Amino acid sequence: MELRRRTFIGAGAAAAATLSAPMVMGQARPRVVVVGGGSGGATAARYLAQDSEGALDVTLIEPQRVYYTCYFSNLYIGGFQEMDALGHTYGKLASDFGVNVVHDWAVGVDNDARTVALASGGSVPYDRLVLSPGIDFVDGSVPGWDVTAQDAMPHAYKGGTQAVLLKAQIEAMPEGGTYCMVAPPNPFRCPPGPYERISMVAHLLTQINPTAKILIVDPKEKFSKQGLFEEGWNNHYAGMVERIGPDFGAANVSVNPDAMEVDIDGTVESVDVCNVIPAMKAGRICEMAGVTDGNWAPVRPENMQSRIDPNITVLGDASQQGDMPKSGFSANSQAKVAANAIRGELTGSRVFPARYSNTCWSLISTEDGVKVGAAYEPADDKISSVSSFISQTGEDAELRKQTYEESLGWYEGITTDMFG
Amino acid sequence: MRGPALSLALAALTAPALWAEEIGDVERGQEAFVLCSGCHLVGAGVEEFEMLGPHLNGIYGRRAGSVEGYAYSEGLDRMGSDGLFWTLETLDAYIENPTVLVSGTRMNFDGVPDAEERADILAYLRLYSDNPRDIPEAEPTALPTDPELRLPPEVLAIEGDAEWGEFLAGECLTCHLEAGGNEGIPSIVAWPEDLFVIAMHAYRRGLRPNPTMQMMTERLSDEEIAALAAYFAQLE
Ligand SMILES: Cc1cc2nc3c(=O)[nH]c(=O)nc-3n(C[C@H](O)[C@H](O)[C@H](O)COP(=O)(O)OP(=O)(O)OC[C@H]3O[C@@H](n4cnc5c(N)ncnc54)[C@H](O)[C@@H]3O)c2cc1C
Ligand code: HEC
Ligand code: HEC
Repeated sequence: MELRRRTFIGAGAAAAATLSAPMVMGQARPRVVVVGGGSGGATAARYLAQDSEGALDVTLIEPQRVYYTCYFSNLYIGGFQEMDALGHTYGKLASDFGVNVVHDWAVGVDNDARTVALASGGSVPYDRLVLSPGIDFVDGSVPGWDVTAQDAMPHAYKGGTQAVLLKAQIEAMPEGGTYCMVAPPNPFRCPPGPYERISMVAHLLTQINPTAKILIVDPKEKFSKQGLFEEGWNNHYAGMVERIGPDFGAANVSVNPDAMEVDIDGTVESVDVCNVIPAMKAGRICEMAGVTDGNWAPVRPENMQSRIDPNITVLGDASQQGDMPKSGFSANSQAKVAANAIRGELTGSRVFPARYSNTCWSLISTEDGVKVGAAYEPADDKISSVSSFISQTGEDAELRKQTYEESLGWYEGITTDMFG
Repeated sequence: MRGPALSLALAALTAPALWAEEIGDVERGQEAFVLCSGCHLVGAGVEEFEMLGPHLNGIYGRRAGSVEGYAYSEGLDRMGSDGLFWTLETLDAYIENPTVLVSGTRMNFDGVPDAEERADILAYLRLYSDNPRDIPEAEPTALPTDPELRLPPEVLAIEGDAEWGEFLAGECLTCHLEAGGNEGIPSIVAWPEDLFVIAMHAYRRGLRPNPTMQMMTERLSDEEIAALAAYFAQLE
């Protein structure tokens, strides 16, 4: 048997062009609809279509034509990446793998009729639905901030324009000005993300505005890779970064976007840039599909199937699965397990035991990369960590450079894995 | 943090320095060094001379791939950056079969199959090293050639289930490119299956230092490694 990855000729592109009208129910090929073409959704759509070799009808619903990764958006802020290099399109998912790509918003799910409603009208029927919509923000988690304030106080926690805006604001800061980050409470997407961002903002400011200050208002006692980040900030950006934790009132913070003020437990600070990263919850479509319990969508650890509706699978940030951090790597890993399980269920193909992993790299300064990773398996009715590693403080420059170079390889790897 | 690096470092702090005689027979080692001397020099002042291979002075505790000005293979270079240091254990593994530690190594040498002969060579090289760092604690005659560490022929003979390999490969493709390519993370496609298996076991045994790959291989069974080797061997 020839085992090269198969190329799916032609059909996808044609299907993508014609599929905007609702499809007819009752056709022979089982239908899988994937909502959200990010780390989890693009991967799931690709693997479902590729591995089923045409036995499944796979539709991906994603409003954006270009997906800008959040990963490496901090490196864009630091000046190590161009924004253009972080954009990816869906052309190959259609042409090479035969995925029907529909650029639209999913605005509702009828769990009994098994259809997904589209913003443009019409609906798409499914036998299995995969939701990987990422995150939305919890209203009121930082009093004074809501999404209408995201131009004045950007979150830059979804891909693309927000990171561009934040960088422009930092570049326009007055000499010696203050950048403030309101960090999110647990759980949130990419645990080291805010702190990698601090590193990259510091790197940028060191070059263009060396007397500027960085203030982190953080409701958490401690954070991911803390020792590594603090060591790096001391080594590279001494005196620039100040962090206020919950013991000094950081859990009681509100903002005033018009006045550019941050109120920390009664003390009002005027700042020049305010990067508010609010509390997070599953992307709204999960709530509409009725698969959330609280802020997140609980799933089974063997296959990411919703605990509430067995016809729905939830991947990535939106899911509540156990020990895995909310990361692009995790979402990609979960998507492959889920694709194998769904394919087995619908076409009778072999189903293998679930196995997950994650590694998150962070860049602290030029060629100073660190990483943390773990392997996971279903155990105790959740996804449980079975082993892990983390970079050590005091590592030499050669190893840190190697770690950074690995992260470039990983970026190439995961985006190719998602988009072909 | 897991295993090997830490325990070796601790051993280096606590173990008494190992003398050459405790490793093997220095005189026999000097004779056996003819296997190496076509490419390597060792001894006072040899740093000046250019040979096919790097000089071996101070090899114990030396970082792999660290002789200034010597053009190493990409693989050895990467191992060094990853934190591979030459110890009794890693040297023994490298000269037994150079590809175990370094895929694509420029050391074009089949290796020394006989454990005692390797021990003698390593005892001889020890004379030119005053830095016993990382030499694991050992009885005078104990050698790192713990038979458990060697890959038994049965393991290499396992026929891989490529379809299973295809599923397992999903986990690898988050980092490694299906089409090959070598930007930051090495290509693993179209390898001879035995070299692939040997490399994977070297991570699993902690001989290769990269913690990500150690973690990835730790939970793979011999059959799974064979399945992956079979699958990736067929990609171009
Ligand atoms: C600054 C930053 C740095 C990061 N760095 C890393 C890193 O180095 N490594 C790492 O692994 N992860 C990193 N992450 C985390 C990573 O981006 C996310 O965890 C990952 O993208 C989650 O994948 P997902 O599929 O759940 O959601 P996403 O990738 O966000 O994809 C969701 C998609 O769904 C679409 N969508 C949402 N709602 C609907 C709807 N109703 N209908 C149709 N489509 C919809 C959206 O348009 C989006 O394209 C980082 C995140 C940030 C913010
Ligand atoms: C045919 C030539 C050849 C022979 C024979 C040979 N080597 Fe090598 N050796 C090399 C080359 C070339 C390299 C560099 C490898 C690379 O860059 O991948 C090397 C590298 C090494 C290194 C790593 C050095 C470093 O700086 O990291 C050691 C240790 C070593 N050899 C030991 C030996 C020993 C011991 C023998 C004899 C048992 C031996 N070699 C036989 C050519 C040879
Ligand atoms: C998180 C990223 C990541 C994942 C996932 C990963 N690898 Fe690796 N792999 C690496 C890196 C980085 C290296 C280089 C390590 C080194 O320097 O020793 C590597 C090296 C290798 C090598 C040795 C290559 C050489 O040139 O010596 C093999 C073989 C390999 N990986 C196979 C696999 C297989 C099989 C899987 C899936 C089971 C896998 N890897 C999953 C990152 C990864």
